[in-house]
Amino acid sequence: MAILEVQDLNTRFRTDDGIVKAVSGVSFELERGDTLGVVGESGSGKSVTFLTVMGLLDPRHAEMTGSVRFDGEEILGLGNYRLRSIRGKRIGMIFQDPMTSLNPVKKIGWQLEEAVRIHEDVSRSEARRRALEVLEEVEIPKASTRIDDYAHQFSGGMRQRVMIAMALINKPEVLIADEPTTALDVTTQAQILRLIKKLQDEHEMAVVMITHDLGVVAELANDVLVMYGGRIVESAQVDDLFEKPEMPYTWGLLGSLPRVDIEVERLEQIPGQPPSLLRPPPGCAFNPRCAYTFDRCRAELPELRPAEGKSDHHFRCHLDGGDRARIWAEKQAALAASMRSAG
Amino acid sequence: MSELLVIENLEKYFPVTRGLIFQKEIAQVRAVDGVNFTLEAGQTLGVVGESGCGKSTMARCIARLLEPTGGKIIFDGRDITHLGRNEMRPIRRDMMMVFQDPYASLNARKRVGAIIAEPLEVHDIGTDADRKKRVQELLEIVGLNPEHYNRFPHEFSGGQRQRIGIARALSINPKLIICDEPVSALDVSVQAQILNLLKDLQRDFHLTYVFIAHDLNVVRHVSDRVMVMYLGKPVETGSSKELYAAPKHPYSGALLSAVPIADPKVGRAREQIVLVGDVPSPINPPAACRFHPRCPRFVDGKCNVDEPQLTRVPGATDHDFACHFPLEHWPLGEGEMQRAGAQSQQAAAPAASLD
Repeated sequence: MAILEVQDLNTRFRTDDGIVKAVSGVSFELERGDTLGVVGESGSGKSVTFLTVMGLLDPRHAEMTGSVRFDGEEILGLGNYRLRSIRGKRIGMIFQDPMTSLNPVKKIGWQLEEAVRIHEDVSRSEARRRALEVLEEVEIPKASTRIDDYAHQFSGGMRQRVMIAMALINKPEVLIADEPTTALDVTTQAQILRLIKKLQDEHEMAVVMITHDLGVVAELANDVLVMYGGRIVESAQVDDLFEKPEMPYTWGLLGSLPRVDIEVERLEQIPGQPPSLLRPPPGCAFNPRCAYTFDRCRAELPELRPAEGKSDHHFRCHLDGGDRARIWAEKQAALAASMRSAG
Repeated sequence: MSELLVIENLEKYFPVTRGLIFQKEIAQVRAVDGVNFTLEAGQTLGVVGESGCGKSTMARCIARLLEPTGGKIIFDGRDITHLGRNEMRPIRRDMMMVFQDPYASLNARKRVGAIIAEPLEVHDIGTDADRKKRVQELLEIVGLNPEHYNRFPHEFSGGQRQRIGIARALSINPKLIICDEPVSALDVSVQAQILNLLKDLQRDFHLTYVFIAHDLNVVRHVSDRVMVMYLGKPVETGSSKELYAAPKHPYSGALLSAVPIADPKVGRAREQIVLVGDVPSPINPPAACRFHPRCPRFVDGKCNVDEPQLTRVPGATDHDFACHFPLEHWPLGEGEMQRAGAQSQQAAAPAASLD
């Protein structure tokens, strides 16, 4: 059975200007030990989806409907008191900016001990022993002295390791990582990704990796959700998605990524801006930026439908199979040609 | 082609002081320590390195926002290293910067029109009406709606703000634009828009760029030449083509292989070199080769004793590296980074004992 099951999740924010439809009809399953990559631009609803899943949104501002089942139990709409036994214990979370997520006036050892003592009735010394153990596990050098340092005494990469340590200290079954490497250098990013992979294997955790970088997804994930305008627009196994993406937005994302193994003369760019979730365009939310838009795209929201011959590859697009296959083949050919001309 | 910018042995040291009143200097941070390069008009130099390698300090020295400690900056045939404030003024018209954070680099209380027109005002160019016309033209050039002249920065997204920053840099028709991590704060799809825009502008206005980034991917796409820096020193420089085809320095190799590849099959097949640890403190940099404590090819008695100098790659026209045990070929196969190091360690051992 899936550890995390989300069915038809909707999140709406009431604002002075109207209702912001941040998440619309999102459904997915996460199996134990799997890695789910969630990709999209800023404002695509990827973070809000998982804030909703974790119950971190204030119900006074956000209207949440649908179902979130964690280990078979419905957790959407549970109060803070009930959620506390799950959040931070069975589901861990890492955020993008490690500096603002750590308390600047408390030693990191204290913060790690707190994470244990909130969930378990253990002594200070036992909590400290666990804190030290987990710091060593995330490969912080000289952990026994660093445990008494403050957050500002750590570099960005080391702070992110502390955040990971804090998320892991209670041995969660699911780890939700929201852009954990976006603020880091590429070399540090490689270290952190490798660390997450290693810890995942050791703890048999399921990991949700939220990112805007398809490279990170390719590196880490088994399954991928591509989000746009608050909806899932494509979902597939990682190899299928990169081999034959079906949705024009995914094509654009792949084309706009500068790649170190391929030299192209000009990057493909997705024109324009992500849609306003306050007043989303009618029909397919991607239609104003899509090169293949026709009348139906402007009138009718495409359903999430399966790709030919694949039961676990779904996408939203009105283009028929022949057109999509032809366009994708043309794009591959153009890429191959520009690689040749670049030498 | 003419040389627009020549940097000779540029150094910038910051004093580390102790004491409130007497400010006794107890150490120096060698942020930039001997950088040389030549940049021709119309070309782009990409500068790559991790945080703390001195790339931004170098940029600030070139723009003379910081006073260099040593070396020479020759811009457009003129030595500008020690020019005073007033003498720099006319030169500043030919040099502009684009900054990393599009949220922090635009004044939140000013309208976009005033932000873009500011360099024109500072240099006293045109009348108010001329400036307004120029600003609208610039907005159009960078792909924004000229009608948005009266809006505030908060009304724009990150990518649009970066376009405003670029419009401001273009306003006085500079010859050189120094871009300090212009796309690192942006989403990938927006990144592509900005990179393409910078390339188009270079072609249309014959601009010269110094392009700073920590991501070798991004730099490859815009640069003619690339310089990889580590702790204030260049460790490898070369034409983009040669450096990416066959990097020689293990640090360049590590930077290249650290970048995630957006293709799971290629990604799984390649051998990744993950560096351990962070960049060491530039107050007390490691002896000899500064990369040696993190280098997978470290050879005791060589790398920590004898500092490698930049040397030309045999057979190459424009590709230098500073390493005793360069990478033999690229991409590396499984374990070759380590194994090659071990072999050279054996080879180097008798030589060391002879000393």
